[in-house]
Amino acid sequence: MTQINNSLVKLENVGVFANDKWLVKGVTFEINKGQIVTLIGPNGSGKTTTAKITLGLYKDIEGKVQKFTEKIAYVPQRINIDWTLPIRVNDFMNLTNTLTNDEIKDALEITGTPHLINKDLKSLSGGEFQRILMARAIAKKPELLVLDEPVQGVDFNGEIALYELIKKISDTLNCGILLISHNLHVVMSKTDHVVCLNGHVCCSGTPIDVANNEKYQEIFGKDISKILSVYEHTHDHIHNIDGSIEKKK
Amino acid sequence: MLDDFFIRALLVGIGMAIVTGPLGCFVVWRRLSFFGDTLAHSALLGITLSYTTEINMALSVFVTSSIVALILLKLQKTTNLPSDALLGLLAHSSLAIGLVVIGLLATIRFDLMGLLFGDILAVNVNDIILVWIGGAIILIVLKIIWKPLFASTVNFELAEAEGMKPEKYNAIFTILLAAIIAISIKMVGLLLITGMLILPAAMARNISDNPMQMVIFSVIGGLLSVLIGLFASLEFNTPSGPSIITAGLLLFILSLSRIKKKAQLNN
Repeated sequence: MTQINNSLVKLENVGVFANDKWLVKGVTFEINKGQIVTLIGPNGSGKTTTAKITLGLYKDIEGKVQKFTEKIAYVPQRINIDWTLPIRVNDFMNLTNTLTNDEIKDALEITGTPHLINKDLKSLSGGEFQRILMARAIAKKPELLVLDEPVQGVDFNGEIALYELIKKISDTLNCGILLISHNLHVVMSKTDHVVCLNGHVCCSGTPIDVANNEKYQEIFGKDISKILSVYEHTHDHIHNIDGSIEKKK
Repeated sequence: MLDDFFIRALLVGIGMAIVTGPLGCFVVWRRLSFFGDTLAHSALLGITLSYTTEINMALSVFVTSSIVALILLKLQKTTNLPSDALLGLLAHSSLAIGLVVIGLLATIRFDLMGLLFGDILAVNVNDIILVWIGGAIILIVLKIIWKPLFASTVNFELAEAEGMKPEKYNAIFTILLAAIIAISIKMVGLLLITGMLILPAAMARNISDNPMQMVIFSVIGGLLSVLIGLFASLEFNTPSGPSIITAGLLLFILSLSRIKKKAQLNN
């Protein structure tokens, strides 16, 4: 029963057929409260498409999407703001909801951007804008947060900090997160469930399961195995089933 | 007091400027200038239909423009043609049909110049009531849909993903545009309506830093255009509609100096 109540969105065998080809096909997964689900896959494998299906941005889809929440926040991969529109960060924060000044300040504080509050959106750098997109999504206190490559243009230290932040959001807000990323080694340690896409689901499971899956290794090649070794290196202990922690040899 | 034609013109012009100000901002933000033109052209068809069927002119224009707007939204979804091609198609064909219908009504004499440029000095008390009540309704609806409409103007997908239903609000906005054209066609004429929508908003863009400010400046710009234009037309005996638009253009040119100052500050 709790499993059903915790479910935020459920995709069953969904796909999109457009311009005479399948953008993505046969995708099944579920996002629960407090869970981080990560989509990985090469370019053109349907990651963004899958995120958009989850958000309900495609009208004609195959399969079934069930949403159990309306409180959704979206951080798109890229967004163009027309220069004809004079809009400050402050106005942008209030785009789809009404926030108090304190809520806006807090969210900007968390993403390290409080000094940008009165800046025009078009004057921001790529990395700054990405953080503002994040801040706006967090300020909404969503139940489901969809992040499409949220660290684009953010410098490396900022990138790690942002992933830490994503983990923190999921813990404090107890929201479900759908995360799209190509930075496997940073993402892996934070995520609960990984779906590896390549036009279809090629494998899915816990990060370790996926990393050890042959199909996954086929797609990402040997370089990624190296990256994963980095990942396993940083994660130097094992969680046993009974909850105890064991040092790795 | 309402007996004075000049006071009546002022009242109508002021009412119109208050409505075209905020609507014009959205027209500029959404890059709909040519869309407004298309609606204005289709209004000619509405006018001729009102003569043939003896329906109220504003109502007939409103219905025709709304239908053309909805056809456009439909075509955008079902064809692969770019929006500007579809707009051109609808603008020219509705204008052409309107003129053909005028030709068929050879028995009625049309003041074509009047339709094209309007005659704000010829408005009666009913026109004032129409502009103020119609304008109030438009502004109330705009206020209600402001948030989702603004969100979908900034980014359609973001708005849709977060449950703002942008398609619905885009359609409502289109109907509001048709409505302002319907109530103002008699005053400024169909060729100058988009001028009233775009010029004050474009002027406001030059001197604003945020959306609310732009709306306020756009209304002020519209009001000044009406006042300056009408007094000038009285003084120099120039046609009133075009005088209002010319005044708007002058304000726009003045606002350019602010951009130059800004650029100097940034350097």
